[in-house]
Amino acid sequence: MPGIIGKKIGMTSVFGPGGENIACTVIEAGPCVVTQVKNEESDGYRSVQLAFGEKKEKNASKAAIGHFKKASTTPKKNIVEFRDFGKEFESIAELGKEVRVADIFVEGDFIDAVGTSKGKGFQGVVKRHNFNGVGGQTHGQHNRLRAPGSMGNASFASRVIKGKRLPGRMGGARVKTTNLQVVKIIADQNLIVISGSLPGAKNSTVILQK
Amino acid sequence: MADLIKLVEQEYTKVRENLPDFHPGDTINVHVKIKEGNKERVQQFQGTVIQRRGTGNGESFTVRKVSNGVGVERIFPIVSPSIDKIEIVKEGKVRRAKLYYMKGRQGKSARIKEKI
Repeated sequence: MPGIIGKKIGMTSVFGPGGENIACTVIEAGPCVVTQVKNEESDGYRSVQLAFGEKKEKNASKAAIGHFKKASTTPKKNIVEFRDFGKEFESIAELGKEVRVADIFVEGDFIDAVGTSKGKGFQGVVKRHNFNGVGGQTHGQHNRLRAPGSMGNASFASRVIKGKRLPGRMGGARVKTTNLQVVKIIADQNLIVISGSLPGAKNSTVILQK
Repeated sequence: MADLIKLVEQEYTKVRENLPDFHPGDTINVHVKIKEGNKERVQQFQGTVIQRRGTGNGESFTVRKVSNGVGVERIFPIVSPSIDKIEIVKEGKVRRAKLYYMKGRQGKSARIKEKI
């Protein structure tokens, strides 16, 4: 899938052609640098490795510096491999080549976004797994509003079955949001405006793919 | 950061410049474009501005009027393409930014002093 790496800037709203108000996320996507090209002969599959975001040379390992030197570029923060780049592969697969948003996406495209969701801490089952809680004001219901309820059956099993959804740490996980439409691309500023919300906080890294 | 968002909102600055500078307490007349099938007409909504909130493209204002004894409030995004134009009818003198107290009032106590 062809894609690009970007940084989440924030949200705003834009009016569509029919006058509808569209909530949008603004992303600074690219320019990325091609740091490795894999092909069928040497690796068994075709892919392009892209790098994005500056990193200080003193914070990069020697191995990483060497890897980036091969593509004649400076050390970068994020490296992502995109497999099956499709018809863009021929034009992009070249070490050290700069890849911009406009090379990959056009306005109106439907894309997927991958990011790390915001950490929510230790959460109960109502927030974490969308349980309904113990509802009702009657039937003797008393201070168990958001409790998980029964853990399972008594005589058979007599134990809690593995995978039972319980309270615990929530968020901070890799999340993919699918089918987001590209509303606008501002090519000279490397900005891409996508309808809807994306996982993660402002300034966090997101991977956009077709 | 915020500058990059402004860049996206840039195309709406023209819409914003065409609007008059109105404040809570002012009586304004909003000309709203309404689509009926493939015809478009303009409807007017006149009332008091009771709040302006938000920043950037998310900014909106609330207009309140009393129609046949029933209070009616409409919220408009300030950069909405359905606003044809806004006229300031009266400038009001008020001491707060959100005039929620107007909601419970009618008749004499619902008046707002005019700015001279």
